[in-house]
Amino acid sequence: MHISPVLWQFLVKWLNASALFPREASTIAPYADALYFFLLLITVVGLTLVGMLIFGFSIRYRKEKHPVAVQVEGSTLLEATWTIIPLALFLIVFVWGALLYFRIYNPPTNAMNIYVVGKQWMWKAEHPGGQHEINALHVPTGRPVQLTMISQDVFHSFSIPDFRVKREVIPGRYSTVWFQATTPGTYHIFCTQYCGTNHSAMIGEVTVLSPDDYDKWTQESTSGMSLAQNGERLFASMGCNACHSGSAAARGPNLAGVYGSKLQLASGSQVLVNDAYLRDAILNPSQHITAGYAPIMPTYQGQISEDGLIDLVEYIKAMQTNYRVQQTLTTSQSNQTAPTTPGTVKP
Amino acid sequence: MSATHTIVNLPDQRTATIPKRNYLNNEDGLLSWLFTGDHKRIAILYLISITFFFFIGGAFAGLIRLELLTPQPDLVASDTYNKFFSMHGIVMIFLFLVPSVPATLGNFLIPIMVGAKDLAFPKVNLLSWYLYWIGGLFTMAALVLGGVDTGWTFTTPLSTHYLNTHVVTAATGVFIIGFSSIFTGLNFIVTIHRMRAPGMTWFRMPLFCWSNYAASILMVLGTPVLAITLVLVALERLVGIGVFDPTKGGDPLLFQHLFWFYSHPAVYIMILPGMGVISEVISTFSRKRVFGYTAVAFSSVAIALFGFFVWAHHMFIMGVSNYSALVFSLLTMLVAVPSAIKIFNWAFTLQKGSITFETPMLYAFGFLGLFTIGGMTGVFLGALGMDIHLTETYFIVAHFHFVMVGGMLMAFLAGIHFWWPKMTGRMYPESLSKLAAVTTFIGFNLTFLPQFILGYLGMPRRYHAYPPEFQVLNVLSTAGATVLGVGYMLPLLYLGWSLKYGAIAGNNPWQATGLEWQIQSPPLTENFIETPVVDHEAYDYEWLAHKTAQEVTTVG
Repeated sequence: MHISPVLWQFLVKWLNASALFPREASTIAPYADALYFFLLLITVVGLTLVGMLIFGFSIRYRKEKHPVAVQVEGSTLLEATWTIIPLALFLIVFVWGALLYFRIYNPPTNAMNIYVVGKQWMWKAEHPGGQHEINALHVPTGRPVQLTMISQDVFHSFSIPDFRVKREVIPGRYSTVWFQATTPGTYHIFCTQYCGTNHSAMIGEVTVLSPDDYDKWTQESTSGMSLAQNGERLFASMGCNACHSGSAAARGPNLAGVYGSKLQLASGSQVLVNDAYLRDAILNPSQHITAGYAPIMPTYQGQISEDGLIDLVEYIKAMQTNYRVQQTLTTSQSNQTAPTTPGTVKP
Repeated sequence: MSATHTIVNLPDQRTATIPKRNYLNNEDGLLSWLFTGDHKRIAILYLISITFFFFIGGAFAGLIRLELLTPQPDLVASDTYNKFFSMHGIVMIFLFLVPSVPATLGNFLIPIMVGAKDLAFPKVNLLSWYLYWIGGLFTMAALVLGGVDTGWTFTTPLSTHYLNTHVVTAATGVFIIGFSSIFTGLNFIVTIHRMRAPGMTWFRMPLFCWSNYAASILMVLGTPVLAITLVLVALERLVGIGVFDPTKGGDPLLFQHLFWFYSHPAVYIMILPGMGVISEVISTFSRKRVFGYTAVAFSSVAIALFGFFVWAHHMFIMGVSNYSALVFSLLTMLVAVPSAIKIFNWAFTLQKGSITFETPMLYAFGFLGLFTIGGMTGVFLGALGMDIHLTETYFIVAHFHFVMVGGMLMAFLAGIHFWWPKMTGRMYPESLSKLAAVTTFIGFNLTFLPQFILGYLGMPRRYHAYPPEFQVLNVLSTAGATVLGVGYMLPLLYLGWSLKYGAIAGNNPWQATGLEWQIQSPPLTENFIETPVVDHEAYDYEWLAHKTAQEVTTVG
C-alpha cells in the first residue's frame, strides 16, 4: 500500500483503540490488515459504483421522465471493460493473498517448536522443556514460534485472532502454524472448527511475555522432564530399544541422526524423515519398511497417545548418537537429559 | 408508443375476470392435487412446502439470535444450541434454498416460457415432490427424536465417531432430498433441450431458462457426490468401514473433498436460478432487453462449469498443499468474474429504459446491493492469506448469508411477487408489499453487517457463548433479525389475503414479453391451446407493443 507511514501508524493506532478492530499483536498482523484494507477499499468502490449506476439510471430514466425505452443491444467495449477490470483487480488480490499465505504458513528455520494437542474440549500445549499447559500458551516476544499441532479426536482449529493466524488441527496428521508475537499481553485462543457439545468453551489464552519473563516462566513451570526424556522412557518401556539398538546386527534400523535425513525404503521410494513420517512409521510400520530390514515391526496403533507420540518423536529427533539407546538397554531409569541436536533451539 | 401502452393497460385491468376454467379449478379435491401431473400444481405444492420449511428454519434462526443476545449461555444448554444451528442449516439449505426457485418458479414457468404443455416427465416431477417430503419427514424425525448436532456439514470424524445424535436419520433425509433435486434438474434439462416451441431458439429463450438450465447441470452432476458422501458417512457410523478414520488408514480430509465437491457447486444451484429471476424482473420494469443478453446467458453456464473447480477453497487452512491452495485460489478469483459481469449487465439494462418501481423491482435492487457485498466479501475469502484469518468466523457467516439470503431470498421474493398475478390471477397489495421489501432490506443489513466486523474481530462461528467484548455487535445483529423476521412475515400474511381479496390481475399486468404473459392468468392446465410459434427474441418490447396495438384494433 502506498500510504504514508505516518498516516498508516495513525490509522492503526486509531483502529487499535476502537472496539471494531482486533489488536495487532504479531509481525503478520500488519500485513494481513493491509490486504484487508485494500479489499475493503475495492468493495466500497465497487458497491458505490453499482449503487450510483442504479440510482443514477433510476432517476434519469424513470418512466415519468423517460416514457419510451430505447432498446440497446449491448456493447462489446463496455462488457470487455467490466470483465477485464474486475479480473485485473482479482488477480492482484490473488497474488497479494498468496504472498501473505506463504508468509503465514512457511515458518522461518530458526523457529522454536511447541506442540499442541487438541482434544474435546481443550488445548494441551507441550513445550520441549517439558512444560505442559491446558488452554494456555506462554510465548516470548521477538522470537518466531512454530506450533506443531495434532488432534486426538475430531477436527479442531487453532486460531489467535489478534495474531491473524489460524490452522486446522486434524486427527491423524501434524499441521503447523507459526507467528512472532510483538506485544506482551494476553490474547484469545479460539477453536474455530465445530467440534461437538462444548465447542464454544474451547477457549484458551495465549500469554505473550518479554524474553526475560518468558525464561523465568520456563524455569518456574518445568516438570523436571523434557519431552525427549519422556520419550526416552517410553522408548525403553515399549521395548523399542530391543530392535532399534543401533548396533550393526539389530533387527531395526539405527535411529541416530535419522531425523532430517532421506531414507531409502524397501518399496524403492525415498522419504524425508520428519515429524509426520516418524509418527506414521510408529503407527503403520508395515507401510514404511526401511530398505534392508524385514517387515517385523508391530503397529503401535491404539497403544500410544498423541502425547506419547510427540515424546517419542522428540526423542528420536534429539538422538544424534546411539549412546542413550545403549544406556537404556541396561537401565530404563534416567533423569539425565538426552544429548540435544545442535541447532535445535530449546527454550 | 407510450400512448399505446396506456390504452392497452387500462381495459385489460378493468375488464379482466378470473377465467372460468384454469389449472386451479380444473379438477377439484385433495386427491386431484396429490396425484396431479400438472407442473403448475406441483409448483404450488412445492411453494406451500418450502414456505413451511422456511418458517421452521427461520424459527431456529430466531432462537439462535435470541441465545446470542448475551455472552453467557443462558437460554438453552450448549447441546440444544448446537442442535438449533444444525437444524437451521440443514432445513434452510436442503429444504429451502436448493429447491426454492427451481422447484416453485422453475416448475411453474419453464414449460410455459419455452412454449411446452408440461415438463418432459410429469410423473417424475410429482415423484420428486414426494421424495422432497419423504426426505423432509426424515429430517423432521431426526429433530423430533432428539435432534442432530453435526452442523449442516456432517463433518467426520465428529459425525461418525463422537456423536450419539440422530446423524443417520438426518443424513438419510438429505440423501433422499438429493434425489428430488436430481429429478428436477433432469426434467429441466430434457424439457429445455427437447420441448421448445417452434421458433424458440436457444438465444430467444428467457434468461430465467438459461440460469435454471445451468443450475440443473449442477444438480445432476453434483448431487450424486453428496449422496455418495452421505452413504459413506452412514456406513462409517454403522459398521465402521474406516474410509474417513485415520486409525483405520482412512483420511478425514477425504470427507472434506467429497463434501465440498457438492456443496460448493450447491451455492450456485441456489444462486443461479435467483439470478434468472433478477434478469426477468429488471428487464420488465425498465422495459428494456437485458443488456448483453448473450454475455449474461453464457456467464450462467460459465459459473456452473467453473463452480465445479473451486471446492478446495473451503480447505485453505486444512493443510492442503501450498500449490493446490494457489490453484484453487486462482480459480476462485476467476469464478467471481462472471458474477461481476452480471451485476454490471443488470445495472446497464436500466440505462435508457423506462423504469417503474413495483415491488419485484425493489427486491431486485435489494438483490443487486446485497449480492454485490456478498460477492465482494467472497473475494476476501478467496484471497489465501486473508482467508486464514477470516474463515470459520462470523465473517464467513455474514458472507454466505449475504449471498444466499441477501441474494437468493431477495430474488425468490422478487420472483414470487412478479409471478404472483400469473400463478393466482390476483394482485398483491402494492404499498404493503413495498413496505415489506424495504423492511427486509433494512433488517437484513442490520442483522448481517455487524457480523462482518465480529468476524474480523475473531468471533468464531457456531459459538454458543462468547467473550463479552463481542456483545454490542451481537445485540445489533439480533435486533436486525427481529426486523428481518417482520419483513418475512408480512408477505406470508398479505399474499394469503390477496388470494381472496386481491385485485384481478389480467393476463399481462406488467406488460412483459415472456410467453407466460401471453396466456391467461391463471393459465389453463394445458398452458397453450395451440402450440405457440415464436418469431421474436426474449425481451422484445417493440414486438409486444406492436402485438398489443393490433389486439386493441381488432377488439375495437
